[in-house]
Amino acid sequence: MKKQLTDFIIRSTQKLTPSCSLLSLEPKDGSKLPEILPGQFVEVAVDAVMLRRPISVCDVDYSANLLWLLVRNAGKGTAALISLPVGSTVNILLPLGNGFTTEGSEVKTGARLLLVGGGVGTAPLFYLGKKLKENGAEITFLTGAKTAAELLLVKEMEAIAPVAVTTDDGSFGEKGFVVNSSVWNQSWDRVYCCGPAPMMKAVAALARNSSVPCEVSLENMMACGLGACLCCVEKTVKGNVCVCSEGPVFNINDLTW
Amino acid sequence: MVNLEVNVGELKLKNPVMTASGTFGYGTEFADLIDLNRLGGFVVKGTTLNHREGNDYPRMAETPMGMLNAVGLQNKGVDYFINHIYPEIKNVDSQIVVNVSGASVSDYVAVAEKIAGLDAINAIEVNISCPNVKQGGMAFGTTTAGASEVTRAIRKVYPKTLIVKLSPNVTDITEIARAVEAEGADSVSLINTLLGMAIDVERRRPKLSTITGGLSGPAVKPVAVRMVWQVAKAVKIPVIGLGGIASGADALEFILAGATAIQVGTANFINPHVTMEIIDYMEGYCKRHNISDIKELIGAINA
Repeated sequence: MKKQLTDFIIRSTQKLTPSCSLLSLEPKDGSKLPEILPGQFVEVAVDAVMLRRPISVCDVDYSANLLWLLVRNAGKGTAALISLPVGSTVNILLPLGNGFTTEGSEVKTGARLLLVGGGVGTAPLFYLGKKLKENGAEITFLTGAKTAAELLLVKEMEAIAPVAVTTDDGSFGEKGFVVNSSVWNQSWDRVYCCGPAPMMKAVAALARNSSVPCEVSLENMMACGLGACLCCVEKTVKGNVCVCSEGPVFNINDLTW
Repeated sequence: MVNLEVNVGELKLKNPVMTASGTFGYGTEFADLIDLNRLGGFVVKGTTLNHREGNDYPRMAETPMGMLNAVGLQNKGVDYFINHIYPEIKNVDSQIVVNVSGASVSDYVAVAEKIAGLDAINAIEVNISCPNVKQGGMAFGTTTAGASEVTRAIRKVYPKTLIVKLSPNVTDITEIARAVEAEGADSVSLINTLLGMAIDVERRRPKLSTITGGLSGPAVKPVAVRMVWQVAKAVKIPVIGLGGIASGADALEFILAGATAIQVGTANFINPHVTMEIIDYMEGYCKRHNISDIKELIGAINA
């Protein structure tokens, strides 16, 4: 897939929680969006900071030609991005990274797949869930947050598939972390996960214990997004590799977790 | 027509715009986004005799108008480069320069000898200025004796254009530049990154796994321009200027300060098209100022 630098216009912004906003963006020159795979990400240039900010793709609406990004206010750059008014132009480098497994024998029709998202990590799983469902898999979402007020995309996911919810304080769904959810009592053919590193490590441990294949999407700090600067490396069984170009999605068997 | 060609030693560049080692991978990473054939040259990332894993994560911290890095020369070694990377890039119509690093003089010599055998590579850039490795690297670049020793040894085995990349982390960079010139270097490139440090105050921890790292980006540009200006007056060999170049005007500053060619580094991460924009700017600038040959601008400040 060819990478491109494209100016986008922000068509809508919607504050979903105190710290997260959902943005829709359309190529400024009217060109068609390139093919973007679930799990791939983009790098957005923001005037407030020097380096681009990597953001995973939450959804792609090819018919409306809109790219959807869920952005968490994690610092100066993302704060500036979510406060841009509708109609603003931002320059985006895309599509980047490898994406989740959406084809092949393990995700065939009828396969039981669990998609586990923590916080803003829910974003790429939403797009992944739509794609896997189209392919005929039986999917279930599991999403967790600190409190009910910080849950993301629950209604949107419910429109696609069953959603299990955990909150740290029990204000919605089951009380606890995603690894405490009762959905783990069911059997799964594959687990997909994106969220904070401690959460992904806990999910990876659960999956490994029950011998279920598991893919995780990492968000190491990065600069170029192209595999050139070698800043975002993760230790793998093959040595240090770039999360931006060889990930962000990794099979847990390739990691040293 | 504007003539943008420049020569660095015997190395002919179609224009003065190169990319800096460690910021452009092997060129192929940017092939979707720019036409590599338009570049004057590109310097592939630091290559050592043996495979190196580099430093632990985190290796990067953004700072005001700059970034610190502590990659630590991660690369798969010179033989991997020769067998797997070189065949992929050797037909690019641009000058490919290999950045050579080592932990000992014999390492540098061994890598330089192997690269000398590659027909499509007409120059090496000797890295005696990497701040992110414990042995070698900057240790050779901060004394005239060390810089001379490495240059002398490589000169014996490397007959093509030999560029030495200088560290700014010294008291007087012109001394080092004169020392490597005396040992037969064909050119010097400067500056490598400035040694820096950043601390996460909430966690009370350094932001880099190595505590200190190399600062690059627009923040270092005035220091780099000053050093290029000093070195260009001190040596007769051509100078390649780099450090924070992010626009055509930035690039011209270095040329006016005395650089024959320039390298673009960190800006490639921010705007992957930046090198193309700089080439276009140079051409437009020359037309606007009735300059038929960019060489007329080298060191042409009215000071």
